[in-house]
Amino acid sequence: MADTSVHPTDQPGAQQPLPGLPRHRTCPFDPAPEYARLREDAPVSRIAFPGGGSGWLVTRYEDVRAMLADPRFSSRVGLTAPHVRPNPATLPEVPLPGALLRLDEPEHARYRRPVMRAFTVKRVQQLRPRIQQIVEERLDAMERAGGPVDLVAELALPVTSLVICELLGVSYDDRGTFQGLAGRILAVDASPEQSQQARQALGSFMAELVAAKRRTPGDDLISTLVAQADADPDGPLDDVALTVLGSLLLIAGHETTANMIALGTLTLLHHPDQLAALRGDPALADRAVEELLRYLTIIQFGLTRVATEDLTLGGQGIRAGEIVVASLPSANRDPGLGIDDPDRLDVTRGPSAHVAFGYGPHQCLGQQLARAELQTTLTSLFARFPGLRPAVSLDEAAFRDDMLIYGLHRLPVTW
Amino acid sequence: MRITLDQDRCCGAGTCVLTAPDVFDQDDDGIAVLLDAQPPAHLAAAVRDAAARCPAAAIRMEAE
Repeated sequence: MADTSVHPTDQPGAQQPLPGLPRHRTCPFDPAPEYARLREDAPVSRIAFPGGGSGWLVTRYEDVRAMLADPRFSSRVGLTAPHVRPNPATLPEVPLPGALLRLDEPEHARYRRPVMRAFTVKRVQQLRPRIQQIVEERLDAMERAGGPVDLVAELALPVTSLVICELLGVSYDDRGTFQGLAGRILAVDASPEQSQQARQALGSFMAELVAAKRRTPGDDLISTLVAQADADPDGPLDDVALTVLGSLLLIAGHETTANMIALGTLTLLHHPDQLAALRGDPALADRAVEELLRYLTIIQFGLTRVATEDLTLGGQGIRAGEIVVASLPSANRDPGLGIDDPDRLDVTRGPSAHVAFGYGPHQCLGQQLARAELQTTLTSLFARFPGLRPAVSLDEAAFRDDMLIYGLHRLPVTW
Repeated sequence: MRITLDQDRCCGAGTCVLTAPDVFDQDDDGIAVLLDAQPPAHLAAAVRDAAARCPAAAIRMEAE
């Protein structure tokens, strides 16, 4: 279902070449300024894809929500991130069982429901003491090492990796393997061969784990899912689905939140008034995290869908088979979100209906866990090191402009 | 105010439980549960928020 349609403006000799997805940030904490102009002038606009072809870019909050809730926009996009990748991999027309990111209803719900129970508000609440303990241990280690240390390698990645490892039943000793594979899967410039190889390696890793859990079950989610699958041979879960689901939870479970921890820390350090407000009232932690999620929206290139019929979105006609990109960062800076001055970071504002976790039936499954990890880590970090500061200037910081998930490759800090 | 919740649409995000915990809960499977279909007026704003934030548009509010 790749986009092979040709629009009149794609023809040679047409007025102007199509622009690509806006990617040029002028401030590392803000989306590219071009999005604000598009929201005003062309909220559903035609864009060229770097590897050829074209599609639509949706930048207004209202249209992004409408699109992501509309079943006529399918998740079965045939290419991996074709709106940013110069060389996107082609995906099988029929998604693998358990591939939550590519399945539509009702199949999607059949695979999402068995894992939902591990991420409820109550279950995550029960995990909080353990998350706190993991964070304190990492802060102890930072303190012993003395600054400068890389906050990504010493705090953000260890906390999120340890939490998801314990939850899934993955050995933390394997972190080098899965963190490395995540990096290769999420790199914008990955070739189809590289990303295919990394996905296969992750699949083999997870298939071995599923087999091991079947032999020796533990008190963890993979073991629970294996038991559920074995008890219900006619149910949706087979070994392929278990492997695909496990791989997705492992990658999504550590990479996204780790990047929010590092980027959220740096953002607060560069907004001292906001950091002071949070320090002065730790009860603001939940609001501050919600605001950082909105303000930074690290799913920086948004979400892709494919139209399954001719339709209209935001007044623009879209044809069946065309690929459409919902810009989450743009939607979260749109005054249409219904908050004052959305370009201002304000950790005291009440919760908004932001779309940092997406919207519609695919909205992030692990969002309660992400909130708990972020609240615990940021609060404890700033309490432990009152003099925390970056050990590099903003110009030297390694922002992840080259990855599907924004954040920082490294963040040297001292105190 | 009368609230209806479509459990078939629920995708278990838990936003309603965070936003209006006196009115919504989740069962062990993560599906939202309505604790009070006719909550007192002072909870109206929280319920409206929960309905607006629900990613599955599974919550409806009707004035009585």
